[in-house]
Amino acid sequence: MEVAVIKYNAGNVQSVLYAMERLGANATLTDDWETIQKADKVIFPGQGEASTAMKYLKERKLDKLIKSLEQPFFGICLGLQLLCEFSEEYDTQCLGIFPIQVKKFPPLDKVPHIGWNNLQNLHSPLLAGLDESAYVYYVHSYYAAVDPEFTIATSHYITDFSALLQRDNYYAMQAHPEKSSLTGEKILTNFLNL
Amino acid sequence: MLTKRIIPCLDIKEGRTVKGVNFVELRDAGDPVELGKVYADEGADELVFLDITATVEKRKTLVELVTKVAKTVNIPFTVGGGISTVEDIKALLNAGADKISINSAAVKNPGIVDEMAREFGSQCIVVAIDTKNMDGVDFVHTHGGRRPTLLQTQKWAKEVTERGAGEILLTSMDHDGVKNGFANEITSEISALLGIPVIASGGAGKMHHFKDVFTSGKADAALAASIFHFKEIPIPELKKYLQAEGISIRL
Repeated sequence: MEVAVIKYNAGNVQSVLYAMERLGANATLTDDWETIQKADKVIFPGQGEASTAMKYLKERKLDKLIKSLEQPFFGICLGLQLLCEFSEEYDTQCLGIFPIQVKKFPPLDKVPHIGWNNLQNLHSPLLAGLDESAYVYYVHSYYAAVDPEFTIATSHYITDFSALLQRDNYYAMQAHPEKSSLTGEKILTNFLNL
Repeated sequence: MLTKRIIPCLDIKEGRTVKGVNFVELRDAGDPVELGKVYADEGADELVFLDITATVEKRKTLVELVTKVAKTVNIPFTVGGGISTVEDIKALLNAGADKISINSAAVKNPGIVDEMAREFGSQCIVVAIDTKNMDGVDFVHTHGGRRPTLLQTQKWAKEVTERGAGEILLTSMDHDGVKNGFANEITSEISALLGIPVIASGGAGKMHHFKDVFTSGKADAALAASIFHFKEIPIPELKKYLQAEGISIRL
């Protein structure tokens, strides 16, 4: 199985590649259209800031490529936020796969939301074998609101937010599966098996 | 629900794990990559690698270590110890470190916190603060706690937060290595003062010390070294105890 990990100006991409290696998948970090189009699975990782990332994607026309893909696609962390409609982070127009707004956590508790939090209301083949005792590792200041149509799991911090999203072949996760121990490995394995 | 984090700290010298009592006596406690993996499998929530190597080879050996850890370990980890340039930070993050902790470098040049936050985002910047109480006032210390500064701990914590730190790692030099419990008073004061998470460090000796630092100390995470390295408190047992005591914990 060939996995393409989209190369752009996002941080901590190496960890995703190592996680793939641990799971025995052949992953390539690439921004080449053909390699990405031909891959069996595509991962869109990310850590960083939304407006800079969107600018970079547009300059290289990766935004158009991402929207045209048909194989299972997995956005992680900033990758989830960029797949939404709009982010409050520097008022950024994003890719719009999910018609959802990304908002900043109100300062009612510590921000960023850092640490392990559990998944709730899980319903997707991506989460097969997991229940509400599954903890995943979060580091984020912005969150995607809950949408009954596309949210496949929620977490709670200050408010309920979308922990994972799905629309057709597009999957996305706010936490870091590559850093979420056995739970994260289970989710990545489920993705590879889709 | 967000859980409290248990973080083993591995002191590294020339690629090996060491831990000193009050930062002076050093004892060998194994290979850092293997030890890190054991902790991750036992349920540690994060790891901290603190490099105390002081040679010119430091950067190269540290990047090599980070690469090995990132390949092996499936939980987040922070790297710290004498890191002072944006270039070093970039090399370590690219090698797979999740967060970088800076201490003396921030005291020497506070602007580096702003620079790091702009370049890499606050989420990967931990500012480590070593504090010691002197005649009733808390002062920041550097160089492994040996050198006092004129910075008042509370003010410094507030300043680095405003400059873009994502977390504070607060080590009480009065408590470190003595195993009489964490410095709950100053930890709680700093935690209440800041809008970012505080990791308490220094003084863990018994399981109830962790409970105390999460309740009266208001810490978001607790870090310890020798009690884990020498199996005085196994992590699974500690986490079960904390859960039974009503602390929100990942099991």
